[in-house]
Amino acid sequence: MKALVAMLFLVVANVQSSERPGGLLTENAPIDDPLGSSAWNIMYNVHIPGARVVFDDRVIVMAPTSAENPMSVPVMVDASALSDVDKIILVADFNPISKILEFYPTRTLAKLGFRFKIQQATPVRALVHTSDGLWHMNGAWIDASGGGCTAPSMASGNADWASRVGQISGKNWLRGHNMSRLKFQINHPMDTGLADGIPAFYLEQLVIVDQDGAELGTIKPFEPISEDPVFTLDVHATGSMSLWGRDNNGNIFEAPLFPRS
Amino acid sequence: MVTDARMRFYRCLGGCRKRIVTGFFQFVLAALLPLLMFPTAMAAGYDYQLSPQKIATDTYVLQGSQQHFRINNGGNIQNVAFVVTGAGVIVWDTGPSMLYGEQFRAAIATVTDQPIAKVFISHHHPDHVFGNQAFAGDIEIYALPATNKAFHQEADGLSQNLYRLVGNAMSGTEPVPPTGRAEAGSFSLGGHEFVLHALSGHTAGDLSLQDVTTGVIFAGDLVFNGRAATTPHADIGQWMQSLDYLDALEFDLLVPGHGSVDDGRKAIFDTRDYLSWLVATLQQRAREGADMAEVLTVKRPARFQALSEGKNEFQRSVAHLFPRYEEALFESGAATTTHD
Repeated sequence: MKALVAMLFLVVANVQSSERPGGLLTENAPIDDPLGSSAWNIMYNVHIPGARVVFDDRVIVMAPTSAENPMSVPVMVDASALSDVDKIILVADFNPISKILEFYPTRTLAKLGFRFKIQQATPVRALVHTSDGLWHMNGAWIDASGGGCTAPSMASGNADWASRVGQISGKNWLRGHNMSRLKFQINHPMDTGLADGIPAFYLEQLVIVDQDGAELGTIKPFEPISEDPVFTLDVHATGSMSLWGRDNNGNIFEAPLFPRS
Repeated sequence: MVTDARMRFYRCLGGCRKRIVTGFFQFVLAALLPLLMFPTAMAAGYDYQLSPQKIATDTYVLQGSQQHFRINNGGNIQNVAFVVTGAGVIVWDTGPSMLYGEQFRAAIATVTDQPIAKVFISHHHPDHVFGNQAFAGDIEIYALPATNKAFHQEADGLSQNLYRLVGNAMSGTEPVPPTGRAEAGSFSLGGHEFVLHALSGHTAGDLSLQDVTTGVIFAGDLVFNGRAATTPHADIGQWMQSLDYLDALEFDLLVPGHGSVDDGRKAIFDTRDYLSWLVATLQQRAREGADMAEVLTVKRPARFQALSEGKNEFQRSVAHLFPRYEEALFESGAATTTHD
């Protein structure tokens, strides 16, 4: 079934790409896909065209084997075994919008937890860029056929969602010398823009800064990130921190990030 | 009630899926044509091979597989039962599909000529209620009000999911709601004294049926035996209370929702043990600041390694339960919002 869906996806993608000048499939990815996804070439050409890339099992992608709640699939990427990571891109090959997020671990571990919306069985792929110019790739397949008793919880069905947008909550934990585990949630609809008449409305930049206003790390979420998203990261700081965020409608969100317990 | 945002996403999914499905149809229609011409032959093809096992006087159980829903088990993963009283048959749950319901009725007819007097539904999950179609009509199907409510909210979604997971054995199945209102209390029928217990915790409405005459209690999915408990609609605190309640009743045999009949209290103990561990573990990991994806890799203790579907159900329970434990710890930031 996966193969069949993948085949259809390729047919569709080919038709679309042939309409664009140059096409998207002009270049073959330099390595075969260890995940065996037929969309790897497309992902390569869309997200890191022409770049040097290797498969690297030091990049760890933690994810469930099956998506119990397709609206909120937990994933954590851990590339902290690599040094000099300056950018991480997360993509889901078979989501209608493939890019999930970009992460810039300025003064954090190269490690990020997040949740995203899944459309169908797909690989989730981490592309990790190191300062020598090389991309390190690994990922995991997530089956989205769901469970028999699968039913999304019907919580947060509030008519007052507009007044909750941008509310930030969370917690941080001291993790050894000069290191904090930071987990926070921002209320936001994260509309994908793929439904008739409902425009895309999503957070597009989140910056964590220290007490002097210096950047600790930046997350650039895209449409597939879950509603009211939760992020987990480990920052090289223990003092007070704050979060600055912006969505694609120009709303700016700012909040201090919690006293440590 | 579905949130606006969720509805939007589902509409998106529906739209995307329709295009794929249309293309798919054109692609394979020719190959499938001969099969499409004989749909009844295909539907009749799934044989659940039901064989009622007598566990006590007048009392029969049909035990399903310990697996999750799969094509090769036809969705038959649960236990159903019936009691042949002197004045008609009491049916306990109806199974996962119309075909199952029909074959269940046929299996009852191999044991007794008596008509079916009443059907009771333990809770609204599809493996226990989607055989209703085969009983609806002149037979009253009783369920707790909370079960009825949940059924009306979720039956369509559960049905779609089951068609996807189980496939052909679901042919012709449509969700048919319970028709009668079950209430806690006792009643007698054909020389049997029954007590209905209105409980909750596995779902918002969990019915248990006690046959005082034979000493059998039908516990529904409040009790799992040899299989990891499922938690998509669980309130673990209420569930624990319900297990204590069941434990305090007099009975000789307990028929769990999944797994073998228990002639003691072990299945109750094991279910409580697993749920206690599950909650304690998830809360502990939340307090430590674990990310949800990190929790998926928690190692289950040796005593739970033998449970069927242990790894899958644990991962599913993380999705159901972890966010609420995590959010309970969150502090609010004093956020300010401005516009460019």
